[in-house]
Amino acid sequence: MVLIRKVIKTFGVEYLQILDEEGTIDESLRPDLTEDRIKEIYHLMVLARMFDEKLFKLQRMGKIGTYAPIKGQEAAQIGTAFAISKDDWTVPTFREFGVYLARGADRVKLVQVWNGDTRAFHGDAKNLPVAIPVGSQALHGVGIAWASKMRGENKVALTYFGDGATSEGDVLEAFNFAGAFGIPVIFVCQDNQWAISTPRKVQTAAETIAQKAIAFGFKGLQVDGNDVLAVYAATKEAVERARKGEPTLLELLTYRMSDHTTSDDASKYRTEADVHAWDSKDPVLRLEKFFRKQGWWTDDYGAWVRSECEKEINDAVEKGLAIPPPPPEDMFSHIFAEMIPDHKRQLEELKAELGDAQ
Amino acid sequence: MKMHMVAALNQALDQAMAKDKSVLVMGEDVGVDGGVFRVTEGLYQKYPGRSIDTPLAESAIVGVAVGLALNGMKPICEIQFSGFTYQAFGQIKQHLARFRQRSDGCMTLPMIVRAPCAGGIRALEHHSESPEAFYVHCQGLKVVMPSGPYDAKGLLLASIEDPDPVMFFEPKSIYRAFKEEVPEDYYTIPLGKANLVREGSKLTIVTWGAMLRLVQQTLEANPMDADVIDMRTLAPLDMETVLTSIKKTGRAIVVSEETRAGSMAGDIAARIQEDAIMHLDAPVIRVTSFDIPFPQFALEKYHLPNVKRVQAAIAKVMSY
Repeated sequence: MVLIRKVIKTFGVEYLQILDEEGTIDESLRPDLTEDRIKEIYHLMVLARMFDEKLFKLQRMGKIGTYAPIKGQEAAQIGTAFAISKDDWTVPTFREFGVYLARGADRVKLVQVWNGDTRAFHGDAKNLPVAIPVGSQALHGVGIAWASKMRGENKVALTYFGDGATSEGDVLEAFNFAGAFGIPVIFVCQDNQWAISTPRKVQTAAETIAQKAIAFGFKGLQVDGNDVLAVYAATKEAVERARKGEPTLLELLTYRMSDHTTSDDASKYRTEADVHAWDSKDPVLRLEKFFRKQGWWTDDYGAWVRSECEKEINDAVEKGLAIPPPPPEDMFSHIFAEMIPDHKRQLEELKAELGDAQ
Repeated sequence: MKMHMVAALNQALDQAMAKDKSVLVMGEDVGVDGGVFRVTEGLYQKYPGRSIDTPLAESAIVGVAVGLALNGMKPICEIQFSGFTYQAFGQIKQHLARFRQRSDGCMTLPMIVRAPCAGGIRALEHHSESPEAFYVHCQGLKVVMPSGPYDAKGLLLASIEDPDPVMFFEPKSIYRAFKEEVPEDYYTIPLGKANLVREGSKLTIVTWGAMLRLVQQTLEANPMDADVIDMRTLAPLDMETVLTSIKKTGRAIVVSEETRAGSMAGDIAARIQEDAIMHLDAPVIRVTSFDIPFPQFALEKYHLPNVKRVQAAIAKVMSY
């Protein structure tokens, strides 16, 4: 008998958690990280949490521009960025302050960037500047990784976006391109449940975002995005796959604990209870619980980390805010390699206008 | 050697790829098929892995090329028709035009988006538009349109050498309409510099792309003592050449295949009156297509500028 109706393919989606909410580790999944390295990660996560709070306050005080907070997403950002090497690339969005921190970006320049000064991008060759149009940068990650592959360099590109971005055509085109050409790109979707006021369930009927990768011919994995060890391990595995020419989509389940940006008021569309439901999953506290269970924690250690971070932040803020804004003529400096005649004329117009004002 | 524009463009791509290993050609059907207009013919065989057939997704072609360019490659994207560059408009406007500014000059995009543009070949809907003004308005892009085979090769090679992103529009009605002497050797024609094609004293005719041929046909039928300026590049715009001519002639028309409202023809006319009104003896007249979406091809000959329309504009501007 010939079957004319049959299942020709079945698929599954893996989920990975290594540290549970109580900080208990699944030893069989423990990543190859020493105590010192994990403490480095913890230090960065605390720095991210405190720096984020500071920038939020600075915006409220009118000292910097609009800021997109990352509170709650520290494990997703630090865990991924920590798993790649200096020569690999990151392609961040506007909500990736933690990624820049983990990549060693100059702290003073980070303050300068969020104060609207593009001069701060100097010397950040492997970390792209903040991309604002949602999802559009996913294609850049594909191109960057593809160029590395063409030259046989074996470098990967971590490409960040959120759950909302998975509704954008560019993200799906990026998935398709990466799958079709076997490009060493890692798509990092921080599924933080909210695209401004629009909840995750409105974006898609798909049960997981990870499963979208399957349709494009590569692996998608759902990870507890508040478990930094799971995030790190999943990224490491994805890097291994990338070096063999296979892209990966990582869906990091997390939660945007703060507003969309400093211009948003999340209380309009979600309840305190919704937010507090994620308190017990907090990525920073979870790592502290793990440290206690490992016998790595002392109150002195915790206080020392916080005070080191505070010093670092205060120093960066002091220096960053002291940088005077760029001179007005800078507007025309980096549009083309060589200034075009119309820009020279318009610069003269501007100078005349400024001269009149004085 | 005499050749048509498709062959000249093909030769430019060939020479650029031979010269610089980071140059890639990518787009829909540009590989095995050599492009739907055959501009990339033979490159797939000659440069393995560097003439790349992509998935059918214009935004991805440009967006992925942005990433390639950020990481050391020089991609030349082909968008099959300029009417489909709109699918990539976000990437072009938001990233291609801005990366140098956004990164304070640290990250640059030496890349090209090529697309056949404009009408005259009885093509389907969306295949015949003249979108140059959209891309000039993006700011941060160079916008180039050749008017024939010799210019096409030199301008394309200059665009490939240029450290900034270039939108390179190829009027497809002149792809194979005529042949010109094109040197075998590698040569460039500078971007941002107009070409005084013909010298006269009584009128300045400013044009570009396929309309240069229309202007020449008009002047053959009705000789006129006119300067004819081929802009070659719409951004940056060489107004110096235009204004120098107008200071001599006192009269100008701008002949362009664009629709009129919000056009480069309008921009050029505005700049002439801003900077040379005391030299003008007559208003500047724009000769363009009409302000409608490009019609289906049964009516395109009425839409596109023609000899009669150019002639009428000349008569009007000379009547003052």
